[in-house]
Amino acid sequence: MNTRFVGDSALLMDTQDAWAAQQLCLAIHKQSLRGVRELVPAYNSLLLEFDPLDFDVTNFFRLLPKFMQAKKTPVTAREYDIAVTYDGEDLREVARITGLDIDEVIHRHESAIYTVAFLGFAPGFPYLTGLDPKLQVPRMKSPRTKVPAGAVAIADEFSGIYPQATPGGWRILGHTDTVLFDPARASPALLAPGDNVHFRPVA
Amino acid sequence: MITVVEPGQLTSYQDAGRSGYAHLGVPHAGAADRLSLWHANLLVGNDATSPALELTLRGPTLHFETNAVVAFAGGRVEPTLDDMPLPMYQSVAIHAGQTLACGTLLTGTRCYLAIAGGFSPPATLASSSSDTFSGLGPPILRAGDRIDCETRELYQGWYLRFPPEFTHETTLRVIPGPHEDWFTPAAVAAFFGGTFKVHADSDRTGLRLSGERILRKYQDELSSQGMVTGAVQIPGDGHPIALLSNHGTIGGYPVIAVVIQADLPRMGQLRSGDKLRFQAVSRDQALEVLRTMDATLHAAVVSADPGLLTARSLLVLAKAHPGLRQARLRLGRWRVHVRR
Repeated sequence: MNTRFVGDSALLMDTQDAWAAQQLCLAIHKQSLRGVRELVPAYNSLLLEFDPLDFDVTNFFRLLPKFMQAKKTPVTAREYDIAVTYDGEDLREVARITGLDIDEVIHRHESAIYTVAFLGFAPGFPYLTGLDPKLQVPRMKSPRTKVPAGAVAIADEFSGIYPQATPGGWRILGHTDTVLFDPARASPALLAPGDNVHFRPVA
Repeated sequence: MITVVEPGQLTSYQDAGRSGYAHLGVPHAGAADRLSLWHANLLVGNDATSPALELTLRGPTLHFETNAVVAFAGGRVEPTLDDMPLPMYQSVAIHAGQTLACGTLLTGTRCYLAIAGGFSPPATLASSSSDTFSGLGPPILRAGDRIDCETRELYQGWYLRFPPEFTHETTLRVIPGPHEDWFTPAAVAAFFGGTFKVHADSDRTGLRLSGERILRKYQDELSSQGMVTGAVQIPGDGHPIALLSNHGTIGGYPVIAVVIQADLPRMGQLRSGDKLRFQAVSRDQALEVLRTMDATLHAAVVSADPGLLTARSLLVLAKAHPGLRQARLRLGRWRVHVRR
């Protein structure tokens, strides 16, 4: 495994895939090591941010093989049906790029079963894998300054849902009223890595 | 109670930011210049990371209905209290009925205004920082807002011994990588040899830099991965983006170098048009600088009685108004009338 320093207070560890990144994250988290500030699992890496005056790097490197071989934590995948109104402003553009008609774009997007690979970018934003390869389109050259909350969008191999109104460059296919992030909840993010998501079209 | 007469350009509450939620996609937020936040708080006897107001380029005008003790730290302002100039970097007493005009920043981009006893905006995910990117935390200040605060009198105060100066040309120390292998040796040399200019498009999520374009070996994007504050990303167009406190937790551009922790506060003070160079250092050097910064923080904040603080205020008055013949000053229980 390739591990590199990122500046003076973070380590980036390459992993096989998103699942391996989650597992490594859980194994390290369980140890409650001193000085750990953040653990950010992603597509095929785990970022560990630490307090450089408090975190024992040498000890961490010694323990790392143990974390890698730690018994895998079973992840119970929950199933979520998310109601989507397919009225997104990029439907036409996605149809043009993919050479499909709009109905076919919608059909291919709603018939796939997605898995949450990781959360990131904005609070509660899920990176969903399982997108139909025909729907893989590049993100916009110049991102929108404001994407509305609830926008269901695609970019590259991912589908995603914008939990808040933020800037963003993914192509918008529709919107949902489902609340993906609520800081007042005990677990603020609705979705967790490993969960399955089905998009259910509504008129 | 404080009433916001004029909110300033972008005045937000900031503390140490949100920690431990990055895996949910929650940006860190928090003061862009952490060191100045600490200074402002320590100068009024607060915990270093209590929420304070972060002023951006043009500060607010605030009307006080209670007595209070405040301090300014960060980019240079020339605040006035009922038209009387106030010093930065020390405790200052404000009396009920007075109006504090923070004014325009003359250097830097951000200045922190702390109040003894602390501001107490509601916390979201254990922080009162306004995250203007995702909307978490209290909203930015608006005209007419009323701010609740405790009444404080100045019996003892503090001043800072060697206040930092923010200049229009600066060098930030960085640790190369982690994606150096994405760049040709010529591009890496151009990055470390070049001078960059801060673009007007910059905000709390990042500084956009223009200058020599840093060309990549590969045009495909990095797979999405965790990003840190201080990461200098190189998008396809070759113009670097240095990430600040509101950056998204995940990014996809290769990172040529990362600004060391000790230099992040100065990076948070850069303004549009400022010139910037990058200097490579080792991790050991970076930690040495950080240790020194940590160790000298509290030693630089000196406690003083109201008499000394009044004298310092008078010096500021005299400096700001060379023609001044006489002044009346009220600081804590002190009333001073000076003639020269």
